[in-house]
Amino acid sequence: MQQMLALDFMRNAFVTGGCIALAAGLVGYFVVLRNQVFTADALGHVAFTGSLGGLLAGLNLLVGVFGSCIAVALAIGTLGGRGRGRDVAIGTVFAWVLGVGVLFLSLYITARSAATGSLGVSVLFGSILGLQPYQVVVGSITGLATCAVTLLVARPLLFLSVDPDVAVARGVPIRALTALFLVLLAITVAESVQAVGALLIFGLMVTPAATAQNLSARPWLGMVLSALIALAVVWAGLVLSFYVAYPTSFFITSLAFAAYLASLAGRQIVRRFA
Amino acid sequence: MPSWDLVADIQLLLQFHFMQNAFVAGTLVALLAGAAGYFVVLRGQSFGAHMLSQVGFPGAAAGVLLHVSPVLGLIVFCLAAALGIGWAGRNVDAGHRSESAAIGSILAFSLGLGLLFFRLYAGSAAGIYSFLFGTILGISDRDVELTLAVATVSLGALVVIGRPLVFATVDPDVAEARGVNVWLLSIAFLVILALAVAITVQIVGTLLIFALLVAPGASALQLTARPGRALGLSIALSLAFTWLGLALAYFTDLPVGFFITSLAFATYVAVRGLKAAATIRSGGLRFVPA
Repeated sequence: MQQMLALDFMRNAFVTGGCIALAAGLVGYFVVLRNQVFTADALGHVAFTGSLGGLLAGLNLLVGVFGSCIAVALAIGTLGGRGRGRDVAIGTVFAWVLGVGVLFLSLYITARSAATGSLGVSVLFGSILGLQPYQVVVGSITGLATCAVTLLVARPLLFLSVDPDVAVARGVPIRALTALFLVLLAITVAESVQAVGALLIFGLMVTPAATAQNLSARPWLGMVLSALIALAVVWAGLVLSFYVAYPTSFFITSLAFAAYLASLAGRQIVRRFA
Repeated sequence: MPSWDLVADIQLLLQFHFMQNAFVAGTLVALLAGAAGYFVVLRGQSFGAHMLSQVGFPGAAAGVLLHVSPVLGLIVFCLAAALGIGWAGRNVDAGHRSESAAIGSILAFSLGLGLLFFRLYAGSAAGIYSFLFGTILGISDRDVELTLAVATVSLGALVVIGRPLVFATVDPDVAEARGVNVWLLSIAFLVILALAVAITVQIVGTLLIFALLVAPGASALQLTARPGRALGLSIALSLAFTWLGLALAYFTDLPVGFFITSLAFATYVAVRGLKAAATIRSGGLRFVPA
């Protein structure tokens, strides 16, 4: 353990990964509750294209990721779409977005040296062990800030998610709150892309939350559980990948999936004997 | 560089063995994907296609790792997933909360597993990209043979079950009453879909499967409701996207996935636009919501 924490990049990964995990767990709880899983998926695709587009334009990786995610989240909010995966139109649009991302990737690789060939892989599957110092600072601060804002609006947001009609009648500002949540979601996706990658954000944003909802129907307890499960799988994944040289993202998604299966089994057993 | 002389260009395009393989495999893929895609859209299973392709990703990686054909790995994983969906006994639907969470969890896990397999193989980044986004390189003779076998069997099966499948999709209750085994048909279609996904991944990759397996059928169904015409149109579009995409990728040296998704997207947008314009001009419904 000491040996592990003596390494700079491991310490960075623990701190930043932890902050991102807490944010992903908290925001993810609402994503599952509000049935916006496919909005998160769509934003993950946008994050891939946005980050590579940003790099190609000579911008910083983070500028591209955060900028594109927030812009698309606001567009989704304005158009009122919910990003249902079944919808053919949305599927076609986001396949094209990914296609453009591949184009950016190949243009970027040809423009720079061949050494950047693994860049796309790290955007797709995360690179938590290779965080730059500025990514550590930005990731940790935005992670904690996202948690704080989510907790601040958690009460009205829960109300709005569970019973929108009554919430509107009681004067909850539905438009502002929905837009704010989409921005929070966009920021969390952009952060999670750095931890687990654009393709695996489900593992951090949806699986822990779904596990928590299997374990408890109480909203506050569920929220805390979701954040803690996300934190636990990220840290455990980091420890495992330190000892076994497999990709961290693989461990994180596998641990999260195992927790989810265990929670399903647990619920079945409780149901049978209660 | 293309000389804009069609015959010369086609000769140029097909002078290399890998491009011949890509065109043969691509044509077979487009035929099956276009035909299956029509039913996918008709049955509202586009999300199922998306899911099958992502579950297939670790299959392709496992095939590479075990030194068997990646197509074989794809076929095994996609078939297993299709039978799993059939066994769960319902349409995979993204609309339901707990189901979409469950599917999201499975997808993240399977993509993570694929990543692991690729790292175990110590493959290059290019290997991962080609299975995520498709490639025109690296389709081997053995892959072409497998593709030919799979496409022939699947298209044959579609010809046999096509009519009852349309019937069972459009009006399942009446079909059931007429003695059509709707359940068996839906399982059979899932198997065909799994095979179609498995071979389509070779050309457009796991992540861009929508472009060949869903977009052509969706555009065709916007243009006509008649099953025969829509099916033919879907296949024609799918072939056009594939051939144009392969040729553009060859001449520009840019990724084939980009061209095929862009063609699919542009066609879909154009078709929706045409349809909206026609509706407004005929004085029918105005501002039809999507």
